[in-house]
Amino acid sequence: MPDEGSMRQQIVISGVGGQGVLFVTRLLAEAAITKGLPVFTSETHGMAQRGGTVLSHLKVGNFSSPLIRPGNANGLLALKADSLARHGYFLKPGAWAAINSREGMVVEPEFSAYTINGDLLAQHIHNPKSVNLILLGFALAAISEATENSLFCNLEDIKTVLQQRLAKKKQMLDDALKAVEAGFNTFSTP
Amino acid sequence: MSKPKLMLGNEAIAQGLMESGCVMATSYPGTPASEILATFAAFEKKGPEKRHIQWAVNEKIAFEIAYSGSITGLRTAVSMKQVGLNVASDPLMSAAYLGVKGGFVVISADDPGPHSSQTEQDSRLMAMMAKIPVLDPDSPQQAKEMIAMAFELSEAFEIPVMLRPTTRVCHARQDVQPGEILPLKREVDFQKDPARWAATPKFRLHLHQELEKKLNAISRYKKTAPIKLNAEATASRALIVSGVAAAHAKEILKDLNLWNVIPMYQVLQPFPLHQDFVSHIFKTYSEILVIEETTGVIEMQLADRHCIKGKLTGSVPSVGELLPETIEQIIGEFAGIGIEPIDLPSEPGIRPTLCAGCPHRAAFFAVKKAAPKGIYPSDIGCYTLGLNLGAVDTVLCMGAAVSQAAGFYHAYKHEEKQPDIVATIGDSTFFHAGVPALIDAVVQDVRFVLLILDNRTTAMTGNQPTPAVGMGACGESLNSVNIEGVVEGCGVKFCRVGDPYQLKEFTALLKEAVKYSRVNGPAVVISRHPCLIDRFRKEKPGWQPLKVEVSDACDGCAFCIDHFECPALILDKTEKRVSIDPILCNGCGVCISVCPKKSIKEVKNAG
Repeated sequence: MPDEGSMRQQIVISGVGGQGVLFVTRLLAEAAITKGLPVFTSETHGMAQRGGTVLSHLKVGNFSSPLIRPGNANGLLALKADSLARHGYFLKPGAWAAINSREGMVVEPEFSAYTINGDLLAQHIHNPKSVNLILLGFALAAISEATENSLFCNLEDIKTVLQQRLAKKKQMLDDALKAVEAGFNTFSTP
Repeated sequence: MSKPKLMLGNEAIAQGLMESGCVMATSYPGTPASEILATFAAFEKKGPEKRHIQWAVNEKIAFEIAYSGSITGLRTAVSMKQVGLNVASDPLMSAAYLGVKGGFVVISADDPGPHSSQTEQDSRLMAMMAKIPVLDPDSPQQAKEMIAMAFELSEAFEIPVMLRPTTRVCHARQDVQPGEILPLKREVDFQKDPARWAATPKFRLHLHQELEKKLNAISRYKKTAPIKLNAEATASRALIVSGVAAAHAKEILKDLNLWNVIPMYQVLQPFPLHQDFVSHIFKTYSEILVIEETTGVIEMQLADRHCIKGKLTGSVPSVGELLPETIEQIIGEFAGIGIEPIDLPSEPGIRPTLCAGCPHRAAFFAVKKAAPKGIYPSDIGCYTLGLNLGAVDTVLCMGAAVSQAAGFYHAYKHEEKQPDIVATIGDSTFFHAGVPALIDAVVQDVRFVLLILDNRTTAMTGNQPTPAVGMGACGESLNSVNIEGVVEGCGVKFCRVGDPYQLKEFTALLKEAVKYSRVNGPAVVISRHPCLIDRFRKEKPGWQPLKVEVSDACDGCAFCIDHFECPALILDKTEKRVSIDPILCNGCGVCISVCPKKSIKEVKNAG
């Protein structure tokens, strides 16, 4: 893990409206602030949220622009399997991609791609709308190896943010923590 | 000092309004501006002062209310999206002449792209036309700071000041340092001065002269002057940037190792451009590149064109959002560094669609049944997505569904055969600009059906209340205005209400309306069913979700997919069968009546 003074990470999060792309983006951004890191996100609002493609940019560290340029992202969180084809151009060589996919997928060799059947797992834990958190938990486990692209935060950081955000909503908090952990454990115990 | 907080640009703007002692804020919702007022309303209980916060019926009304607050000496603000400013342009032009007392900030959010708008128009040009100063923030943090700057400027020159954020400021989040919210002791004190507040044309000439003097002084006002960002850079060619383009350019210049080479100036106030700055750059540099969104407003104020590059010279695109990759190419070319363009995939994204179970979908399906060869003018809102069902032919601007229907009727009325016309408009849009058009249609005997899609909310922009809801921006109870009453008050003789979930009855009602309209003039049908995703709704839903399944009778004809287009209906082309996605389905049960083979059925619970 690089030291926090020089920490610069750019992550693309994609899916379709209603999947909770904005929520995951926000959790990661809050985690950055908790760690004292500057952060920028850019979000899709308005009509595109009605089931259309939704794309968030997250930049942690010293940046002035809210958008990621193609070929510059360290990682991609994809809530839809076809997102790598659609948004892979944001990634730089050696970047990671954590992908929610019902089937295993053919992946381009220049990226480290990890896939999880988040839809199925979400139904197993009786929380069909938690695919976003499952994928986040999965990515936190998968991208933990110390590389220059490793994530700026870990499972505990995300749990802390969830506890702050959902402090007054006990049931939602329990469900959210369960989903993040379910995703995380899928990678740890394949 | 409190800790930095993650804030959406619009939240940072609201925070800025709080810190500056703004006590009256009005708005009409529109992407990307909607969260400004919503956030300001959420502060209601925190501040030391009593405030007035409201969603107005439209932007013109919002503007006039907040403006009048300012001439009593209070600090006030109005927020809207760029096309909303068109609606408010009448009071804007006049308010510039009359000026203000308390600070008055007009926040007009632009949408280069456009991501969620009919046009990419540049509100800074409207500021120029009105002759008021405009500030152009590059980030949420700067947007907050510029609110304070705008109030100060507004009071220093007794002039309305515009803040022009763009989508990438409004909908960016950043760690923003909140400041203190101090009470701003202001007396409400309207000083009568009819020569000013009710000026006749003769005095308007005088006020116009005064306005020019103010603008001249503002173009020398130090606090909003352009800033040189990189003191070390001394090359003979310079960059002038503003707004989000400045945020991108700062990062790109550093990444290209040009930060200490090419001088970069950030313009905070694109109009009026500071005169000293203009003389300075012409004296100092042999070549200047201007990067700004969306129109070349700074560029057109640099009258000496021999050394200026920008939109007018074709160096910077005049259309679309200036993405950072585009700016990188432009700067690379200007600096004489070749930057390899990146090949972007042309794969289209998934198109937006009405939610599963959206009552609008059922209403549109009924429109096509009731007037299969009709003309379908429509309007601005979620229901623009009726396009996907082939039930929307035109979308112009707020309220135009009604007047376009009239235009089509008058165009065809001398022909041998007249097409049926069914116009659709949302409840909030009807109040916003549909009412005067409906009065006109009654007077002119326009033979059409107006279908008011009443889902009890302003859905597209995040479920703000409409005048029919009886709830204010802070959740307080207010009076409500009943749509039927308005329609009947406009003089419409046929006004009926139906629930589109009852598809057969609703289609029959529409057919009756179409038949009536052919002979008798305007007919109005109100399609009433609450929005499924309205988080603020207090009324009970009034219907029970049904569990539906597709039986073996399905032969995969795809009629439901093509004509009903519900995202919960999934066609398996190889199996030639449709199935229902249990996660997406909201149980409206309308598809049961849509399937021509009667293969979609309700699942009755055993026992």
